[in-house]
Amino acid sequence: MAMMQDKLAHSRAPAASPLYDPKVRGVFYQVLTIIGLVAFFYVIYSNTVDNLRRANISSGFGFLQGRAGFDLGQSLIEYSSDHSYLRALEVGFINTLLVAFVGIVLATVIGLIIGIGRLSSNWLIAKLCTVYVEIFRNIPPLLVIFFWYVGVINVLPQVRASIELPLDVFLNNRGVFFPKPIFGEGFLFVVLAFVVAVVLSVMHMRWVSARQMATGKRFPVLPVVLALVIILPLIAFVLEGRPLSFDVPTAGKFNLTGGGTIGPEFMSLLLALSFYTASFIAEIVRAGIRGVAHGQSEAAHALGVRPGLTTRLIVLPQALRIIIPPLTSQYLNLIKNSSLAVAIGYADLVAVGGTILNQTGHSIEIVAIWMVVYVTISLLTSLFMNWFNAKMALVER
Amino acid sequence: MADTFNTPSLFVRGKMLGPERAPLQTTGVVGWLRRNLFGSVTDAILTAFGIIILALLVPPIVEWLFVNAVWLGNDRSVCATLGQGGIQPDEWSGACWAYVGAYFKQFMFGTYPIDLRWRPTLVGILFVALLTPLLIPRVPHKGWNALALFAVFPIVAAVLLLGGVFGLEHVETASWGGLMVTLIISFVGIGVSLPLGILLALGRRSQMPVIKMLCIAFIELIRGVPLITVLFMASVMLPLFLPAGWTVDKLLRALVGVSIFASAYMAEVIRGGLQAVPKGQYEGADSLGLSYWQKMRLVVMPQAIKLVIPGIVNTFIGMFKDTSLVSIISMYDLLGNVRKSFSDPTWASPVTPMTGLVFAGFVFWLFCFGMSRYSSFVERRLDTGHKR
Repeated sequence: MAMMQDKLAHSRAPAASPLYDPKVRGVFYQVLTIIGLVAFFYVIYSNTVDNLRRANISSGFGFLQGRAGFDLGQSLIEYSSDHSYLRALEVGFINTLLVAFVGIVLATVIGLIIGIGRLSSNWLIAKLCTVYVEIFRNIPPLLVIFFWYVGVINVLPQVRASIELPLDVFLNNRGVFFPKPIFGEGFLFVVLAFVVAVVLSVMHMRWVSARQMATGKRFPVLPVVLALVIILPLIAFVLEGRPLSFDVPTAGKFNLTGGGTIGPEFMSLLLALSFYTASFIAEIVRAGIRGVAHGQSEAAHALGVRPGLTTRLIVLPQALRIIIPPLTSQYLNLIKNSSLAVAIGYADLVAVGGTILNQTGHSIEIVAIWMVVYVTISLLTSLFMNWFNAKMALVER
Repeated sequence: MADTFNTPSLFVRGKMLGPERAPLQTTGVVGWLRRNLFGSVTDAILTAFGIIILALLVPPIVEWLFVNAVWLGNDRSVCATLGQGGIQPDEWSGACWAYVGAYFKQFMFGTYPIDLRWRPTLVGILFVALLTPLLIPRVPHKGWNALALFAVFPIVAAVLLLGGVFGLEHVETASWGGLMVTLIISFVGIGVSLPLGILLALGRRSQMPVIKMLCIAFIELIRGVPLITVLFMASVMLPLFLPAGWTVDKLLRALVGVSIFASAYMAEVIRGGLQAVPKGQYEGADSLGLSYWQKMRLVVMPQAIKLVIPGIVNTFIGMFKDTSLVSIISMYDLLGNVRKSFSDPTWASPVTPMTGLVFAGFVFWLFCFGMSRYSSFVERRLDTGHKR
């Protein structure tokens, strides 16, 4: 018996055929995949070249220098139909960023309020917030955009019967007209003063917490910061001779002239995106707060920490850890959903690109531009949120 | 002795006390109100705030939707004010359900030939008949049921809807539309994206670097761009990629776009499930000598899929909502059909767009809400591990 075992242990395992070696198989499959892929792309490429030649379309990005020839409803930088396609795309890009940024801020605020409201001990508030979430979460964002667009246009009056709000703001079915600030030459110093004030405030906060760590005494933060942030720019403003004036909209016979405008397209897109995304953010916030173990706040109470401080110092930092990753994907969704602007004619990147695509037929180049821009925005946003997440993450020792 | 009796004791109360006030009621209507609505001053203020919001929102909405609404009529005049050439008094505004009633069939089937509409109806009945037993956990034979729904049903449905064989009249996909198209795109989307997503997720966790990189690149590229660009790509670039003379049906382009998009998201959901399966399960399967595909099919996938069923349903809800985007590349799904009807001069009035959108929104809401309820039901059923 023992001899047999000995024999078995000493005899070499029969050399397996390379056919059964996982490494060899892996290499084989990968080479096969690469060959298949190259063949696939070659067929696509040759077909595309063939089709483009047939349709008489040149390829390459040279067409971007051509005259655009169409107007855009909203542009933050100078633009007219005489500018190039490239300029039009830049306008679209800036408009996308604008609506995405304002939308993210608005959605976060609404979502936070609704999410906390759903956890309220007040029955009525909790139910109202639940109804909000269940309605907006289950309707396509495109429909919400149309809903606001039709609603906004229907409810608001004609230009001649504009609603006058305080501070020379007018509201009608062509949008919101507001006094446009015109920045004089010295305004740069005001901005600089503001930046300096913010830097000083941060330094002050650091000093306060260092002092508290060392001596246990606290120095007031809020009054000092407020004073810095308000007074420093104000001094610069007065010293530079008030370099700010306003272009006030005035009612003409048929239209309001002057001032800045926010069109109904922007408003309805913004409202729809932020209301829609807010319903998801509300759920994320709720799940985050409920995800913090009950013992944490009980322990804080047992240590004599006041309820407000418990929320701020114990519950929220832990809830943020749960909240941030899904919140990131909601932000990315909002950025991507802003492309629905094309449905109501808000001049975002996709809408402008679609117009150029129809005019010139350069579909591959336009789609490539879209992909590069959106993937870049998505990557940058997730990089930022990952950095924020890493800052907030549990430091395990 | 008598002395001790008369000395007042320090410990025994000599006089009867008045009755205590009754404790605050904690049961019944009053107790409930006190606990849930008026617990403190802040609570009372919040309640008042909520009541104000309700008072501002609910009466106008109910009035618009039901009280002022027009239920019967043959053309726009019933839904327009005198100034707009109708019969309603000036300043009137209400939902025009008569228009939804007149357009209802078109919202469901698009421009599918009227005398052939029994075919999509039959497909719908078959779909419900196959889906319902699959969704109820107690009904047996899930495997056969799923096979019938995902293998046999699509063929039957395609034959019935397209026609052209067995003496059925051929119907162009260009005349399909309405809720029918919304449901077809969603069904095909989940049918394609689930297996494709599983493959992509496995590829992303594969040991082979080339396959891994390819899957990561595909998933991240598709997840990084909006659905509209993918749909545009499918609608303008697909014809370029094919040999000259080949044409791709418009519906097929939308199906390709939605399926590709959904499979990238599905892959990430399933990857989450794969990661949650303990390593020991993989190693156990390996030690039993199972091959890669046996391991995945028999050991890992059943556990992974079970973990992510809620995620899959959520992806599906998202996809169902996203199908509304095909109207941008001029496929007339439910929303597309509703929008198309706005320009019909027979019914065009200031209230019809709103009414149509409310109707479409309600239909979408019904489907999505139903699915999310079902998803949370499944979640509760499967969540047996952490019950307290």
